[in-house]
Amino acid sequence: MADDSKNTDGKNTDDKPEPSYLTAKRGLMSWLVTVDHKRIGLMYLAATAFFFLVAGLLAITLRTELYTGQQDFMSAATYNKVFTLHGAIMTFLFIIPSVPAAMGNFILPLMLGAKDVAFPKLNLLSFYIYCIAALTLVLTLVLGSLDTGWTFYTPYSKSTGTAVIMATMGAFIAGFSSILTGVNFVVTVHKMRAPGMTWNRMPLMIWALYATALIQIMATPVLAITLFLLVIERTLSIGIFDPAMGGDPVLYQHFFWFYSHPAVYIMILPGFGIISELITVHSRKHIFGYRAIALSSVAIAVISFIVWGHHMFVSGQSELAGIVFSFLTFAVAVPTAIKVFSWVATLYGGSIRYTTPMWYALVFLWTFTIGGLTGVYLGTLSVDVHLHDTYFVVAHFHYVMVGGTVVAFLGGLFHWWPKMFGRMYNETLGKISALLVFVGFNLTFFTQFFLGHQGMPRRYYAYLPEYETLHQVSTIGSWILAVGLFLVLYTLIIALKSGERAPANPWQAVSLEWQTASPPIEHNFHATPHVTGSPYDFPEIDKSGKH
Amino acid sequence: MIAAYIPPEKLGTPPMSESPWELLPTASNHAASLDWLYVFLTAVTGISFVLVIGAMFYFMWKYKKRSDNDKTSPLTHNGRLEFAWSAIPAVFLMAFFIKGEVDFVRLSAPPADAIDIRVTGQKWYWTIEYPGRPVAATVEVEDGEIAPLLIVPKGQPVRLLMTSKDVIHSFYIPAFRVKKDVIPGRYSSVWFEAIEEGTFPVFCTEYCGDEHSSMLAVVKVVPPEDYEQAVLEATTLEQGEGETLEQFGEKVYKSFACNSCHNLDSSVKVGPGFGGVYGKTESLTDGSSLTVDENYIRESIYQPNAKVVAGFTPQMPSFAGQINEDQMNAIIAYIKSLK
Repeated sequence: MADDSKNTDGKNTDDKPEPSYLTAKRGLMSWLVTVDHKRIGLMYLAATAFFFLVAGLLAITLRTELYTGQQDFMSAATYNKVFTLHGAIMTFLFIIPSVPAAMGNFILPLMLGAKDVAFPKLNLLSFYIYCIAALTLVLTLVLGSLDTGWTFYTPYSKSTGTAVIMATMGAFIAGFSSILTGVNFVVTVHKMRAPGMTWNRMPLMIWALYATALIQIMATPVLAITLFLLVIERTLSIGIFDPAMGGDPVLYQHFFWFYSHPAVYIMILPGFGIISELITVHSRKHIFGYRAIALSSVAIAVISFIVWGHHMFVSGQSELAGIVFSFLTFAVAVPTAIKVFSWVATLYGGSIRYTTPMWYALVFLWTFTIGGLTGVYLGTLSVDVHLHDTYFVVAHFHYVMVGGTVVAFLGGLFHWWPKMFGRMYNETLGKISALLVFVGFNLTFFTQFFLGHQGMPRRYYAYLPEYETLHQVSTIGSWILAVGLFLVLYTLIIALKSGERAPANPWQAVSLEWQTASPPIEHNFHATPHVTGSPYDFPEIDKSGKH
Repeated sequence: MIAAYIPPEKLGTPPMSESPWELLPTASNHAASLDWLYVFLTAVTGISFVLVIGAMFYFMWKYKKRSDNDKTSPLTHNGRLEFAWSAIPAVFLMAFFIKGEVDFVRLSAPPADAIDIRVTGQKWYWTIEYPGRPVAATVEVEDGEIAPLLIVPKGQPVRLLMTSKDVIHSFYIPAFRVKKDVIPGRYSSVWFEAIEEGTFPVFCTEYCGDEHSSMLAVVKVVPPEDYEQAVLEATTLEQGEGETLEQFGEKVYKSFACNSCHNLDSSVKVGPGFGGVYGKTESLTDGSSLTVDENYIRESIYQPNAKVVAGFTPQMPSFAGQINEDQMNAIIAYIKSLK
C-alpha cells in the first residue's frame, strides 16, 4: 500500500511545498470556526488534556489526604466533593472524549485516506457542545459543588443539597457531543474509505474507533434519558427513583449501568486500537490474528450491552438476574483475552524497536493484563459479594482505565506527535516518563488490590489504622505517577519548540496517515491514495519462505 | 434509633490480619468456601499472567532489533493456536462461574431456623434491634464512643432483615464475607452462621454522604450459652452503680445518637447546640417565644415538631416510646449541666 500511494503522488511534497494544516490559515478565528478534522482534533486534545490535568490534581489531593487514617487537611464533605469531581471530570470530560474525539478526529480520516470526516460542520458542533458541557460541569464548582459520586445514585442524589441538576445537565450535554462524533465516524468509515481499502484492509485503530462509535450512538441516549428523569424528579417532584414518592432507587442503577457499562468500552476500545498500531509498527510485524482482533472489538461492543447487572450483584436485584449477568460477563472476557494473546504473539519473530511508543505499548500489556484478570474475580458472584465497593474495584477500574486507556493514549500521543506537529520528541525523556508512569502506577494501584481483599471500602476519607501502611505506599506511588505525567507534558511541549523536524514517515509505517507530509497539508493528500494491501505489510517481513 | 457515628480509628476492633498478604479471618460459614475460590482465582490468573508476560519478555529479548537488515516473520495467524487460547480460558471461566454461582445461591437462601435481627440504616448509623428488646444494642468503644453492636451466637444461623430510613447504605462484615445493600422502602437480607468467637468491624459500603466513613458498627460473636445475657446487657440502658444522673444522661445522649445533630456547646449542627440552652429564651417559628425549661426539653424529645425554634426546620424524629422516664430525667439533667 505504501508503494501504491507513492505512485499516485500522495507523499511527494518536496517539489511543490504546500503549507501544512497548521500554517495554511492564521489567526484565532481560523481555529475557532475551522471545519478541518485535524484542527478540531487538536482543540479537543488541548481541552481534554486540560481536564486530565485538573482531575489528576484532584486525585493527588485525595491520595494525599488518605496518607493517614484520620482527617488531615480536608473535611469529610470536601473529600466527598473532590472525589466526585475527580470521577465526573475524568469520565465525562477526559477519558470518553480523549481517544475518540481528540486522537480519533485527527487520525481517522488520515488513516482512511479521506480529506475529512463525513460531516465536518457537525464535527465542529460536537466540539462546541463539548465546551458547553465542560462549562456546565465547571459551573457546578461555583454553584456549591457536587457530592454524589460520578454515578449520581438515587435517592442520595435526590436528597443532597449540592448542584446535582447542574452537573447532570453537564453530563447530559456531553452525551450529545459524544453521539455526534459517533455518527460522524460511522458514516465516515462506511463512505469515505480510500479506493481499495476493503473492511479487511482497514487499520485496527479504525475497527476500534468504529466499534466505539456504535456504542456511543446506541448507549448514550439511555444515559441522557436517565439523567433527564433525575432532573425531572428533582424539579417537578415526580416519583421515579425516590421511594418516598413511590419510585424505585434500584431502577436508577439499572438505567445508569445500561449506559455506563458500555461506556467503559467507549473508554477502552480505542485504546485497544492504538496498541494494535504501536505493536505492529514498532516490531515490524504483521498483526497476529487481524480478523480475531477486529471481530472481537465488535463482539465486545455487542456483549457490553448485556452485562450491566454485574455492577449490582449486592444491590438487591434478583439472584437469578445476578447469575445471568455473571455468565454474560464471563462471555465478554474471552474476546478481551484473545486481543491480549494476539498482541503478544505479534511480537514473535519481529524486529523490535524500543521507541517511547513501544515502551508504552509494553507497559500497557502488563497493566491491562492485570486489569483484565482482576475483572474475572469481580465477575465471579460469590467473590464479588466480598470485593464489591472495596478498593479491589477501585484498583481493577484504574488498571483498565489508566493502565489501559491512559497508557495507550500516551503511547499514541508519542507515536502520532511527529505527524501532528512535524517535530520529534526527545526519546530519552520519553522513555524515562514511561518508566516513571509504570512504577508510579503499579505502586499506586497494585497495593489497592490488597486493601480490597482486606475489606477496605471505597469512598472513605478516614479508615481503620490497620489499612494505613498500604495507603501510604499507594499515596507515594501516586506522587511518582504524577511526576511521570508532568514529564510527558514537558517532553511533548518542548518538542514543539525545539524538537528535530520530523520526516513524513519517521516510523516507516505503512498505514495511510504516514504517506503524507508531517504535519499533513490542509486536505490531507495531494491525490486520493489507492490501497492495494494490508496496513501491516512492512518491507522487513520475510516472504522468502525461510521463516 | 441507637448508636452514634464514630471516627474509624476509635472503633477499637482488633486488626483482622497481621499482614496484607493474609486473608481475613474465616469467621462465618461462607468464608472458607469463598477464600478457596479466591485463592484458586489468584493461582489461575497468576499463572496466566506469568505465561503472558513471560512470553512478552522473552520475545522482547529474543526479537530485539539487531540490524537494519533484520527480516521479520511473515506469520499472520494460526487457527489452531487461536482456537486453543479461546477455548482454554473459556473452560476456566466456566469453572469460576459455576463455583461462584453455587456459593452465591447458598449465600442467598437463609435456613428456616435462622434468628432474625433487625438492622436499620440511617445517615450515619446503624440501629440493631433484637426481637422483644425495647432498646437497640450498643457497645462502648475507645474514648467512650458508642458503636452499634451486633451480637450473634456462635454456630447458629442468623438472618439480618435490613432497611434504610433515607438513602441506600450497604451492610458489610468483611470477616464474614457478606455484604448487601440496604435500601429505603423495602427489606433486604443477608444470613450467616458465625464460626469464630471475637469482635469484628462492620462497614457501610454504599456511599451515603458526609460521614459515610464513620458509619461503622461492631459485630461480636459469643458462645451460644452467653448469647441471651449478652443481648440483655447490650440492650439495657440504666443508671449504673456510682454513676451520677448527669453521667448517665451523657450515655443516653450518645446512645440515641443525639450527637449526630446536637453539639455539646452552643454551636448549631443540624439542630441547636445543647450548651447553655437551658434557661435561654428562644423565639419560635410561629413568632411566640418561651424560656427553655424541663417541660420544653421533654416535649421537644417526645413531640419534637410541636414548637420549633425559629431558624430550624421540623425534621427531628420523635423518641416517644424509646426513651423511658429514667432516661428522660437523666438527659434533662445532662443538658442542664452543659454551659
